[in-house]
Amino acid sequence: MRTLRVLLEKEFRQFMRNAFMPKMVILFPLLVMLVIPWVATMDVRHVGVSVVDNDHSEASRRIVEKLRASDYFSLKSVTESYEEAYASLEAGEADVILSIPENFERSLAGSSPRRIGIDVNGTNALKGGLGSQYMTQIVRQALAELRQAQGPVEAADLFVVQNRYNPTLNYQYFMVPALMIILLVLICGFLPGLNLVSEKEFGTIEQINVTPVSRFLFTLAKLIPYWIIGFVVLTIAMLLAWWVYGLTPAGSIGWVYLAALFFILTMSGLGIIIANRSSTMQQTMFVMFFFIMIFVLMSGLLTPIESMPAWARYITYLLPPRYFVEVMRAVYLKGASLVELWPQYLALVGYAGLFNAMAALTYKKQS
Amino acid sequence: MSDVIISVKDLCKCFGDFTAVDHITFEVQRGEIFGFLGANGAGKTTAMRMLCGLSYPTSGSGRVAGFDICTQGEQIKRHIGYMSQRFSLYDDLTVRENIRLYAGIYGLGRYETLRRTVSVLNRLHFRDEANTLVGSLPLGWKQKLAFSVATLHRPEVVFLDEPTGGVDPVTRRQFWEMIYEAASGGTTVFVTTHYMDEAEYCSRVSIMVDGKIEALGAPAELKKQYGAESMDEVFRILARGAKRSE
Repeated sequence: MRTLRVLLEKEFRQFMRNAFMPKMVILFPLLVMLVIPWVATMDVRHVGVSVVDNDHSEASRRIVEKLRASDYFSLKSVTESYEEAYASLEAGEADVILSIPENFERSLAGSSPRRIGIDVNGTNALKGGLGSQYMTQIVRQALAELRQAQGPVEAADLFVVQNRYNPTLNYQYFMVPALMIILLVLICGFLPGLNLVSEKEFGTIEQINVTPVSRFLFTLAKLIPYWIIGFVVLTIAMLLAWWVYGLTPAGSIGWVYLAALFFILTMSGLGIIIANRSSTMQQTMFVMFFFIMIFVLMSGLLTPIESMPAWARYITYLLPPRYFVEVMRAVYLKGASLVELWPQYLALVGYAGLFNAMAALTYKKQS
Repeated sequence: MSDVIISVKDLCKCFGDFTAVDHITFEVQRGEIFGFLGANGAGKTTAMRMLCGLSYPTSGSGRVAGFDICTQGEQIKRHIGYMSQRFSLYDDLTVRENIRLYAGIYGLGRYETLRRTVSVLNRLHFRDEANTLVGSLPLGWKQKLAFSVATLHRPEVVFLDEPTGGVDPVTRRQFWEMIYEAASGGTTVFVTTHYMDEAEYCSRVSIMVDGKIEALGAPAELKKQYGAESMDEVFRILARGAKRSE
């Protein structure tokens, strides 16, 4: 026990004495939580539109007015020439061209109405896809309103959509829990590993290796400080989520901390395994980056796992962050608890145990 | 009880097809100051690391303080002290904190830690530097501190890998006084060095050339054997045959 105490004392003193680390642990979550939710949005807004209006009817005017009023679109030009509109698409000014053909409104009354053309800039697939969807919705709405003014209610108006758990479909509510996870992956994954490998680079680990200290104790002394730091970071992030974005967990905060407890250990354990197997800082960094890439892109942080191909979905079961993502979203937005989430908690406990046992076992005092 | 504290038989260490240590055999008696000499790259550090339980031998056997170097590395570590070629105490901890750390690791209690800290600080005349970060001490001071930390737990053997490299003559002299003091207290000292005047202070020396021990004996015997005036001359005669350099 005394050995663990002096080892921990050493780690904390070194950490606090570092000119950079304590500041980073405060500033990093601050910057990430304050800036990223505003900029990393996949909501598509302000899509540029050029309208080619050859109809000049009540219908076309209603459509243009709706576009002008919409937040999703910004109306760039209304012309009669398709060439002109196409030029603005090429220039990158507009992303969507809406072409309303001649005699469009009149043809609506007939059995074969003329079709409206939508040209989309597909270079950004997400923007293009959502842009054309919004566009058809807006046109449909405009036409429905027109008919309502003229006649009976259309079927399209019979829907009532309610977005459960995130009533305003606020993208920030989706991003904020994800950012907390990214913070923990970065801080608790990188720091213990880098700390360990820097002991190799400075040669101080040699003096430790020639003492009878057990590798379990030494590894534990590397894990515990970053465990505590992880909780500090998570707490800062949750406070910011509350103050800045008004987002508090719908479920109990205890469930968030319980999952974080195991998740942080898992990430630190992984960092230490990598550091044990590398001899330089660069090597550790490079391998860590590889894993972090996969974690961020594949564990459902930014894109839903359900939309991945089947083979990729199986891989995600091997990624510990996947379970933490599910816990965080479910507790934060749905108010779930251990009752529904026990498989995820179990997986996190398992990975924490596995990775940390491997961390201690891959640490070789004798080569 | 045998008075042999280190015994090594046919010890080898290969890295790929390079044989760093090539069938060395020797014994060290308890209480000796054993000089382990050799040119750069002769395999001294590699051999020493095997004795300390930092590196596994490729073949051969050996015992240190009664334990097998192949299978009982961790037990050996309780009974030895080690000071590496490269300064390896924590630069970002103070003198006192470094001592406290290693005292804790070797399982010394609170009272004993305090007592030995005071004794080290007094012996090194470091009372004013107790709370100085180790990184800001001059090299010679660092080396003396490293030696004191390596012997803090009163080990049976202390391994010193070029402890006086880059240190000024006055500090070197003080350093050797510390070595003598430790030896007179019953600690066996196993030391590598490049300074042949230091070799003269040893009870016995071995000289390694290209991974093999070419000569072994008391300095006086070796000088007689090679018809040399000084250890320096003995070393030159032997090192002439070396093929490895750096």
